[in-house]
Amino acid sequence: MPKKTRLYGQLFLSALQLSAFTFGGGYVMIPLMRRKFVDQLHWIDEEEMLDFAAIAQSSPGAMAVNAALLVGYRMAGIPGAMVTLLGTVLPPLAILSLISLFYQAFRDNVVVSRVMRGMQAGVAAVIADVVFTMGRGVLAEKRALGAVLIVLAFAAAYFLRVNVVIVLLACGAVGALDGWLAHRKRRKEGEA
Amino acid sequence: MIYLQLLWSFFQIGLFSIGGGYAAMPLIQQQVVELNPWLTMGEFTDVVTISQMTPGPIAINAATFVGIRVAGFPGSLVATLGCVLPSCIVVLLLACLYTRYRKLTLLQGALSGLRPAVVALIASAGLSILFLAFFGRDALPAGIDGVDFLAVGLFVLALIVLRAWKVNPIWVMVGTGAAGVVLYSLPGVT
Repeated sequence: MPKKTRLYGQLFLSALQLSAFTFGGGYVMIPLMRRKFVDQLHWIDEEEMLDFAAIAQSSPGAMAVNAALLVGYRMAGIPGAMVTLLGTVLPPLAILSLISLFYQAFRDNVVVSRVMRGMQAGVAAVIADVVFTMGRGVLAEKRALGAVLIVLAFAAAYFLRVNVVIVLLACGAVGALDGWLAHRKRRKEGEA
Repeated sequence: MIYLQLLWSFFQIGLFSIGGGYAAMPLIQQQVVELNPWLTMGEFTDVVTISQMTPGPIAINAATFVGIRVAGFPGSLVATLGCVLPSCIVVLLLACLYTRYRKLTLLQGALSGLRPAVVALIASAGLSILFLAFFGRDALPAGIDGVDFLAVGLFVLALIVLRAWKVNPIWVMVGTGAAGVVLYSLPGVT
């Protein structure tokens, strides 16, 4: 199966590349993944990407690992998930193994700290870009609930420091309730 | 025996750290500093610092670092395995449910509520990082002295490049990292 081998190879290399550049937490992974799998490879659509982000965020463990598992599973089932898992875990495993051998020198290195300071501004810009793009996607659905939930969820997470799991569970519950009410209304109108 | 201990400790870290990077930090501290004599508090702080400087999730970084110190390279593999095992079980189960029930009204509704929440959470985390880059801490500064104008400039430039030319974010990070080395080593820049 040469075609299958090629897919596994592509999944592994994509996961490896994404993981090697995910500085600053799992949230940075989402814009990078979106660019790779939605824009470049056209493997998954925009809506699925947001669903994956939500599932990855609300599941236990590292968000980057969870998101990689989801994309791998979506493309090639359990073997695909194992391939993307390996690709995601390998860079931090290799880098931290090296660093643990001489971490004192690394920590005090002035060039390393300058690179990191510059990258912080870059990471902030990448996140701002994805917030604009994804936010426009949600608002384009022209449902008031989406806009209200963005504002409420942001206030809860940023100002009130509510646990993100609780924010996600609450928004999911509100969405489910809204969907169920709309469904019931449609069915009643259908009967009348 | 030490391998089993590593596996079990990091399995718990993986299982209970819901909500990304910083949520895992107190759990890791509890397991590797308090419950097990694997790292001193100073070494743990170093792991957190290194994690911020290197790619990859903090839990995986900590698993590798602690595993190597406690039981060599096999130790790091075992600890990492323990760390990702809960993810594998739960996420694959959810992925399976997602593909099967994606069209269900209730799940559709829940996901339509989750999407705006995810955008808001990314914005919230992004604002924290933005403040850290601009002011050196996650809060507004008292005066103009606390503002890192180089970082502000890099941010604006990077955002323009991203919005106008849709370049790959990876190149933006490489570029800002390189700019950081050059700009922050200029005389008179602190």
